[in-house]
Order: sequence, then C-alpha cells, then structure tokens
Amino acid sequence: MTQSDFLIPTHARHRWWQSRSVRRFARHRLAMFGLVMIVVLVLACVLGPLLLPFDDLYIDLRGRFSPPFTGYHFFGTDPLGRDIAARLFMAGRISLLVGFAAMVISTVFGTVLGIAAGFFGGRIGTVLMRFVDAMLSFPNIFLLLAMAAFIKPSPIMITLIIAATSWMEIARIVEAEVRSLRERDFVVAARMLGLSNSHIMFRELLPNAIGPIIVAATLTVARAILLEAYVSFLGYGIQPPLPSWGNMLNGAQQYLDSAPWLAIVPGAAITLAVTSFNFIGDGLRDALDARSDML
Amino acid sequence: MTGSACIADKAPLARLYPTDTKTETTGMLRYLLGRFWQSLVLLLLVSVIGFAVLNLAPGGPLSQFTLTPGMTQADLDRIATQMGLNRPLPIQYLDWLSHLLRGDWGHSYRDGRPVLDIIWEHLVATLLLMGVSTAIAIFVGTWIGVLGALRRYSIFDYAATVGAMVALSIPTFWFGLIAIYIFSLRLRWLPAGNMYTIGNGSLGDYAIHLIMPSIVLALVNVAVWSRYMRTATLDVISQDFVRTARAKGLSSRRVLIRHILGNALLPMITLLGLQLPTILGGALVTETVFTWPGMGRLFLDSLGYSDYPVVMGLLMMSAVLVLVGNLAADLTVAFVDPRIRLS
Repeated sequence: MTQSDFLIPTHARHRWWQSRSVRRFARHRLAMFGLVMIVVLVLACVLGPLLLPFDDLYIDLRGRFSPPFTGYHFFGTDPLGRDIAARLFMAGRISLLVGFAAMVISTVFGTVLGIAAGFFGGRIGTVLMRFVDAMLSFPNIFLLLAMAAFIKPSPIMITLIIAATSWMEIARIVEAEVRSLRERDFVVAARMLGLSNSHIMFRELLPNAIGPIIVAATLTVARAILLEAYVSFLGYGIQPPLPSWGNMLNGAQQYLDSAPWLAIVPGAAITLAVTSFNFIGDGLRDALDARSDML
Repeated sequence: MTGSACIADKAPLARLYPTDTKTETTGMLRYLLGRFWQSLVLLLLVSVIGFAVLNLAPGGPLSQFTLTPGMTQADLDRIATQMGLNRPLPIQYLDWLSHLLRGDWGHSYRDGRPVLDIIWEHLVATLLLMGVSTAIAIFVGTWIGVLGALRRYSIFDYAATVGAMVALSIPTFWFGLIAIYIFSLRLRWLPAGNMYTIGNGSLGDYAIHLIMPSIVLALVNVAVWSRYMRTATLDVISQDFVRTARAKGLSSRRVLIRHILGNALLPMITLLGLQLPTILGGALVTETVFTWPGMGRLFLDSLGYSDYPVVMGLLMMSAVLVLVGNLAADLTVAFVDPRIRLS
C-alpha cells in the first residue's frame, strides 16, 4: 500500500448527486412528483406513437366521435375519427419542444441582456431596463397574437415569438442579481487583474447568478407551454394538421355537449405538464436559493 | 428646495416626526412628477415597440393588400405612396405617433369607423368583467392568504400552496370550457356565454351572465393574490406593533382587521397594478370562450378579418391601460402610505 492512500484528498472529486442542493431538491416531494411526471410525459410522447396501433393523421369517418375506451381508442376519437391518444402524444412532442426551445432562446437572450444591463449599469442599464418595462406593459397574449397575425405561422416562428414575449422576467431577475454582485470582492479582484468585461460578465458573474436563472428558466418552460396552448387554441399558433395540445382544443368547444373528451383530454395534458414544470421550478428555488422562504 | 434637504436642516426631533406639511407636499409633488415622467418615457417606448410590431410583417402594413386578387405591383406602389410608406421609417413613426396622440387611431378596414370609437364601445364590457373578477379574486385571495399565514404549515396552508400552483398552471380557456360543461351543459344552472339574453336586459340577467366568466378569470388572480397575501401577512404578524396591540389586550379579531389586514393589504395595491397585464390577457381568453363582447373578443374578431388598424389600436390601448393602472396603483399607495413619499 502506498503512502498516498492515507492522505486526505484536498481535491475531493465533486459528485453532483451528493451536493446539498440536489439532496434538498430530492426531498422536495412536489418537485420530485413534477420531475417524474415530466419524464413519464416525455417518454409517452416519444414512445407512445410507436406503440399505438393508430397513426395520428389516419382519418376513419365511420369511427367519428367514439367515446374513450372504444376498442383501442383509449381517449376516444375526434370529429374526423382520428385517434385522440395518438394525436395527444404527437401534439405533446410539438408542444413540449416549442416550450423548451422558446425557453432556451428567451433564457439566453434575457440572461445576456440582464447581465449587460446589470454590469454596465448607468445609462445603458437604465435604457435596457426601461425597454424591459415597456415590453412588460403589453399583456403577453395581446402582443403574441398581434405578432402571430402579421407573420406566417410555422412551429419555428411560433417558438420565436413566444420567446420574444417571455424573456423579460429573466432579464429582470438577472439584472437585479448582477447588480447586487457587481461590487463584491471577487468582481473587484477580477477587475484589478485586468480581465476583460466579457470575461467578468460571463465567467465571474454568470456562474454566481446561475441559481435564479435555472429557476426562472424552468418556470419559463411552463409559461411557454401555456402561451403556445393559448395562441394555438385561438387559432393563430401551430396550424393543423400538425397537432399541438392547444390546437386540439381549438374546435372542442362546439362539440362540448356531445363529445366532452375532446376538450378534457388535451387540457388535462397541458395542465399536467405546466403544473409539473411549476413544481420543479418551486423545488429548484428551494434547493438553490437560501432566501427561498420569502415567497 | 428639495424635500430631503428640508428635513435635514430641521432639529433632530423634527426629523423623527416629519409633521411639516410643506415638506410633505413638496415630497409628494416630487414623487408625483417623477412617477408621471417615468410613465411618459414608458409610453414612448411602448409606442416604439408597437410601431415595430406593425412593421414586422414581411410586406409591412401592405401585406394584406398583396393577397387581394388582381393586385399589380403598380397598384401596390400607389397604395404605398398614399399611405406614406415610402418615407424613411423614423418619419413614418413620428407621423404615426402624432396621429395617435391626436386621437386619430385610424379607421377599421371592416366598416370604416374610427378605431378609437370601436374600442370605447367594447371597453366597458371588459372593464366590468375585470372589475368583478378582481373583486372576487381580492376577496377570496385575501381570505386564503391570511388564513394560510395565521395557520402556517397547517393542512389548509399546504393545500392552499399546492392549489395555487395548480391554479396557475390551468389554461384559463380550458377551465372555462370545463366550467361551461359542468354548469351550463350538465347542471344547466348558468348560461354558457354572452353578456345578456336578447330581449331581457335586466340587471339580474347581466349578473347571471357575469358569474361564470368572472370566476374563471379570477382563478389565476386568486392564486397570485393569496400567495402574496400570505407573505405580506407573515411579514406584518412578526412586527412589534402587532405584539403591542395584542399586549394591550385587543381582541384577536380587532388586531387582525385593524392592524394586520390594513398593513398587509398596502403592498397588495402595487401588486394589483403589476397584475394588470395578466388580468387583461386573461380577459381576452375568457371573453373568447364566453363570447363576452369586450376588447378581447374584438381583438380576435379583428384578427380574423385582418383588421390591422383595430388590432394595433387594441394592442396600444392594452399597454396604455396597464401603464395608467400601474400609475394609479402607485399614486394610491403614495397617498395612503406616508413612508413612500418621504423616503
């Protein structure tokens, strides 16, 4: 046995699953519930269409409006006789993907803008943050619909305009965080070392503000999924025949009396996904932020 | 002379008890002016964003004309010249803004009526819905929040926390559809939509039609309001003056109403202003589901007809309403709470 075995390791390998934050998160029951639900939903959306005996676009006019559990139609069929379960899973792919992509874009944009505003402060910071305030003055859905009406709706454009209307909260959070970190010793030290502004912003400040960013990003996924559902429900989002949870509800109101499952099933999926992301966000806030007791 | 300098010149006692009315009014005035100035700047930025959205379409404001059959490039150019679209963008913006400020918001493509007139007609219905719904949300949210704070970590508190998070996740339109299914189609208690029954314009009829949309719209706000109310109440409960009031022997009911509620509700006024965009957006969706003849309904109808002047007008109007609402909320707080205007 060599002598080194008896040394106390000064650079203990950091195991992420042993960190305090991860353990705090794992103890958060709602967050774990949310995480499990999201994993189940994602698996269902990825594998579901492969397992079901129906194609989401297969039209069966003799089997229109079958109630749930008719044969293998677990969630029934829609006005064209298409299997709702198959459509639900395909729609989930679109809705979750749009939500996730919109989150990534808005988080990157909001973070960069927030860091710049907080770091430079002064006139630049004021102008940027007033712009954020102005964007927040528009009700989200009004802005989203107005934009959607002027452009050609495609999943990518919908993702972009959802991102364009949901980066402001993150920018605000990051700006406030960076402003509080700006005068701390490690930033002053970095400045004295002569490090460039971009190094200080993205290598020093960003890692220290990552907790609130992750929380905000998780909540943004939830909001992006909701926003997609709103615009698609109102007919200006994802366009059929491409299914999304929102546009599956689009025609549901007129059949509410005779075929309520048309409305109940996709709405439940939206609620489940959004609730799960909100639970995860809440758990992350408790796990990553020591001041989490405030709200 | 500035307000803070005034206070600093006074004797220490005066600093502790700022009863000088002159100082107070100048402080208030400065606060008012500052807040007005802020709102004006925001309004200007809002107009820039609105103009950007208008010019966002690939063909600009002309895009809908290109769809008209038989439209030649020469025709398009003529229309562009007529509408002043071949001028530089900043000039176009200033022109658009000056028209906006003079109350000329353009004319509807559908019936040629002034946009502002059409919006006014639909504004009342939306404000009625928002008002009633907000009143419900405040009442229920305050109750849940205070009760949750008083019985912290009880089953009720836990259920309220989880319930609020679920309520925030339910799409408003879906909640509306479910409500219609249960209360209109199955139980037949409430009408499924519209503002009144044709031929029956009585107050009770309006009220019955209001119940479902306002509760559906209130759901999200109950969730937000109860969360904030819980936090605010917890903040107030632990303060000295509450302990003093209890020590004086006041009944817990009196302490709750006079000391805790009054102080906890104060920051809620600001929250009300901040929640305005959410309420307005929610109203748009709710109005669509319940065919409520308000601004949201008008917005969607106009989108359907590609009636862009009305769409733009409503977009700008919604932002103006939010700014005015926020300003009103802040001014109310400043009038009620002397700490704001003196700091």
